[in-house]
Amino acid sequence: MKKIRQISLVLGSATLLGMTGVANAQDLVVVSWGGAYTASQQKAYHDPFMAGNPGVNIINDDSAAEGISKLRAMNEAGNVTWALVDAVASDAIILCEEGLAEPVDHDALLAPAPDGTPASEDFGDLIVSDCFIPSIVYSTTFGYRTDLVKEPPTSIMDVFDLEKIPGKRSLEKRPIGNLEWALIADGVNPDEVYDVLDTEEGVDRAFAKLDTIRDEVIWWEKGAQTPQLLADGEVVIGSTYNGRLFSVIEEEKQPIAMMWDWQVFDLDGWIIPVGGPHREIVGEYLRFATDTQRLADQAKFISYGPARKSSAPLVGKHATLGIDMGPHMPTAPDNAKNTLLYNYVWWADRKDDLTERFNAWLAQ
Amino acid sequence: MNTGTAYPEIVKTADGIPLKVSLARAQRKSKIRGVLLVLPLFAFILLTFFVPIFDMLFRSIENQLVPEVMQNTSKLLVDWNDQSGKLPPEEVFAAAKLDFEKGHAERTILRVGRRLNYEVPGFASLFRKTARRAKDFEPPYQDAFIERDKRWGEIDTWRLIKRESGAFTISYYLAAMDLAYAPDGNVGMRSEKQRIYLKLFWRTLVLSALITFLCLILAYPIAHLLSTLPLRTSNLLMIMVLLPFWTSLLVRTTSWIALLQQEGVINDLLVGLGLLSDDGRLAMIHNATGTIIAMTHILLPFMVLPLYSIMKTIPPSYMRAAKNLGATPAVAFIRVYFPNTVSGIGAGCILVFIISIGYYITPALVGGTDGTLISNFIAYHMSISLNWGLAAALGVILLVIVLMLYYLYDRVVGIDKMKFA
Amino acid sequence: MSLPAYTSTGERIWFYAYRIFCGLVFFFLIAPIIVIIPLSFNAVPFFSFTEEMLRFDPAGYSLRWYNDFFTNPNWQGAVKNSIIIAFFSTILATFLGTVAALGLSRSDMPFKSTIMGLLISPMIVPLIISAAGMYFFYSKVGLQGTFPGVILAHTALGTPFVVITVTATLSGFDQVLVRSAASLGANPTTTFFRIIVPLILPGVISGALFAFITSFDEVVVVLFVGSYEQRTIPWQMFSGIREQISPTILAVATMLVLVSIALLTVLELLRRRAERLRGMTPQ
Repeated sequence: MKKIRQISLVLGSATLLGMTGVANAQDLVVVSWGGAYTASQQKAYHDPFMAGNPGVNIINDDSAAEGISKLRAMNEAGNVTWALVDAVASDAIILCEEGLAEPVDHDALLAPAPDGTPASEDFGDLIVSDCFIPSIVYSTTFGYRTDLVKEPPTSIMDVFDLEKIPGKRSLEKRPIGNLEWALIADGVNPDEVYDVLDTEEGVDRAFAKLDTIRDEVIWWEKGAQTPQLLADGEVVIGSTYNGRLFSVIEEEKQPIAMMWDWQVFDLDGWIIPVGGPHREIVGEYLRFATDTQRLADQAKFISYGPARKSSAPLVGKHATLGIDMGPHMPTAPDNAKNTLLYNYVWWADRKDDLTERFNAWLAQ
Repeated sequence: MNTGTAYPEIVKTADGIPLKVSLARAQRKSKIRGVLLVLPLFAFILLTFFVPIFDMLFRSIENQLVPEVMQNTSKLLVDWNDQSGKLPPEEVFAAAKLDFEKGHAERTILRVGRRLNYEVPGFASLFRKTARRAKDFEPPYQDAFIERDKRWGEIDTWRLIKRESGAFTISYYLAAMDLAYAPDGNVGMRSEKQRIYLKLFWRTLVLSALITFLCLILAYPIAHLLSTLPLRTSNLLMIMVLLPFWTSLLVRTTSWIALLQQEGVINDLLVGLGLLSDDGRLAMIHNATGTIIAMTHILLPFMVLPLYSIMKTIPPSYMRAAKNLGATPAVAFIRVYFPNTVSGIGAGCILVFIISIGYYITPALVGGTDGTLISNFIAYHMSISLNWGLAAALGVILLVIVLMLYYLYDRVVGIDKMKFA
Repeated sequence: MSLPAYTSTGERIWFYAYRIFCGLVFFFLIAPIIVIIPLSFNAVPFFSFTEEMLRFDPAGYSLRWYNDFFTNPNWQGAVKNSIIIAFFSTILATFLGTVAALGLSRSDMPFKSTIMGLLISPMIVPLIISAAGMYFFYSKVGLQGTFPGVILAHTALGTPFVVITVTATLSGFDQVLVRSAASLGANPTTTFFRIIVPLILPGVISGALFAFITSFDEVVVVLFVGSYEQRTIPWQMFSGIREQISPTILAVATMLVLVSIALLTVLELLRRRAERLRGMTPQ
């Protein structure tokens, strides 16, 4: 391969000298999801960090959605230009196992809580992988049209009940989350969901439950779709990320309400790409951007919960709406009566075959 | 070219070389000059296009990861008879311990776990679980492994590792054709519930055929009209074909989204006219209907143009002659006009069919669940699941189908006849 | 073309049915492209005609989506990248393609049709396959996610069009012209620039336009071979439609329709010029 690489380098540099867009010494390319999410990071982390470190310039790159594949591509080439990548926990696990993300010593790298609790304890079991530095807890949960349902849905059972809630509903086009909900709605003890899914019959049972509403489901792929579908009245109830529902309810004032029952928690955070540039600054940035205050600050701009226990009491009001953000957090006691945390390890094994089966089921 | 052989004696040029030799030399020079002109592009296409395609071919069968990371184990497993009904000997377990330890230090062993997880779900966690502790294993290693996870005591586990420890594998192709190894090593169809790719290839072919047919039905009359109208009018109408042809694919897909969605123009119009009730709006997008409508529109010019260029060559006198000889217009059309257009039909159909079976963008945007094609799954495995081997295998199968059609096209029309408006 | 007086009723019905059908097909072809133009001036973020728009009330129309396009750095970056990538790949493709076409149209070129087939194969192979192959390979050699990578990929996709159009122009080219130039004392360089170039220029330019539009419109390959940094207009449209469809995309679409109308006009002018040069009567 070396020869080909040389040839292509010659070819490449002969074509266009110096157009590769190599970042300057202090340019830090941070990859995230774009839109409101990147904006909240900009205000809560990037701006204050750059104010304290005038030599550093953070460049946002909105490629997190294809983060794992682009990272692998860069890694194969041995030319990783991304300094820091925002990733969901399940992707962080994959990246870690593929040797694309750097394992970190959380206590050495990250700041302790104000009371001195080491970072690893403050984050607790949210550190689902050696390479993963959690920043937020978000949840996939339901929103419904208050004006289009006869009686408001109160439990996950109602999502699967076509008599109580007639009409279209939207669910994410993937097995993760939906299989768990199907089993819980089918009466499986939530603590045993993964044990049941471990058996062939359990998987069949979950799909059989999904079969009962299949014709009434619109499958979404991007977080923006369910809010749009709800606003257009194309669905009466649908799952999406809680932050998206917050903005469609509180900012756009649509007749939509939340149904938090069995919301599925998921985590989002940082990974350091193997072979990435500017390790020192990245370390400083991470120490700053994941400290107790900064994580609490992000909740001012978007309704996702801080991943540190010590941040929870510091969550204040929304920066522009002036709403108390506490009750809108997925972790707020009223919302978190019934919650499910993905079994990441289980899904790391089963994601491929169950996704194939899910697609086969959809294609029937 | 006449080289002068008709003359009895040898004709020589001014410098005394026989004309024949001199001419041959000149011809060779000219030939070399021609080759030299083509060479830069040829080399360029080779490097930027063919090498990548071959690389994809290679990726669809290569399996270096397993034998490289599990170097010691795979060497010893060669001698183990997987039909013997016995676990591999202790030395294999010892080798596995070494590989796990080294792979853990180099952070490569879990990649092997993920690779084998494509074959049998559960291997990722088996490897994860084992890798963390392998350095503390004490002999006898067989017991240490089995104590860590009982799956190490199953023959099927070792069969899989043995099977996938060669430098090449066919398992991506098996997966791409809904086949799989049974635990005993025989190849068979996957369970009904897991079969997906054959269905998708089939759906891709069926939808492409349908789109091709619709294009033909729509294109034939207008190509005929364009070829028979006076030039001034037909040139004007031709713009209606060429403008869509030249307009960005994404623009056309976007406009179909605007037209077809539930709150879109067509539904609004139908509701406004009272043909539909407000809650009875048609679902024309994010399903196969959306894919068919949008792709027919996008590919229609590719059908009109070859038909038009063939019809343009049919003299109007043919039809007049047939009618003069007593044929009704229908008979004249079927017996005289239509046969003359068959080569145009063949060209247009194959062209549209080839383009549509590889289509990605439009189905991805308007296809929903039952309107997505095989290319969408290739993209999925490239960018989401990271199973590049499977993406490559699906790509190669699609490429083979296209090349066969291309060969057919060459037979029917000839590659060098390809032209644009 | 009107119907002669002696046609029967059946023939009349058939004739009008045929005309109406053709009219509907033309409508199907052109309407989707026309309809987005007024929609892009919508004052509200919807994809349908509002009542104000239907009443031609100026309040129903606005330039806000155009304004969004011209102020949004994502779109501005995309425009810049599209132009850079299309510009360089057009130059490369035109040069390589024209030179190869000159070789290919020599009568003594060996294995002509095989070579032709190979050279135009980037046009035949489905884009998703080219994209997959290039993505895997360009990753290996460090071209993935770089401008040279995207430019090389687009050049490969654009050259077949140049080769085909220039070869087509040369097929109508009378070799006697070259020989007469030589016999009148012109050296090969003079012949090339004074005789060949003016004659094939229309073909070269239309080939270049094809190469340009190939790169300018291309989205599949750039999605994989490119990265956010190389995002082009189609890249941005594609992710925009997937994420949250806003009428800004319709504004972009409208501007792209204008671009294609301009291109179409240039191509038509070139075609006429080519025919005139070859001594055919302009149509």
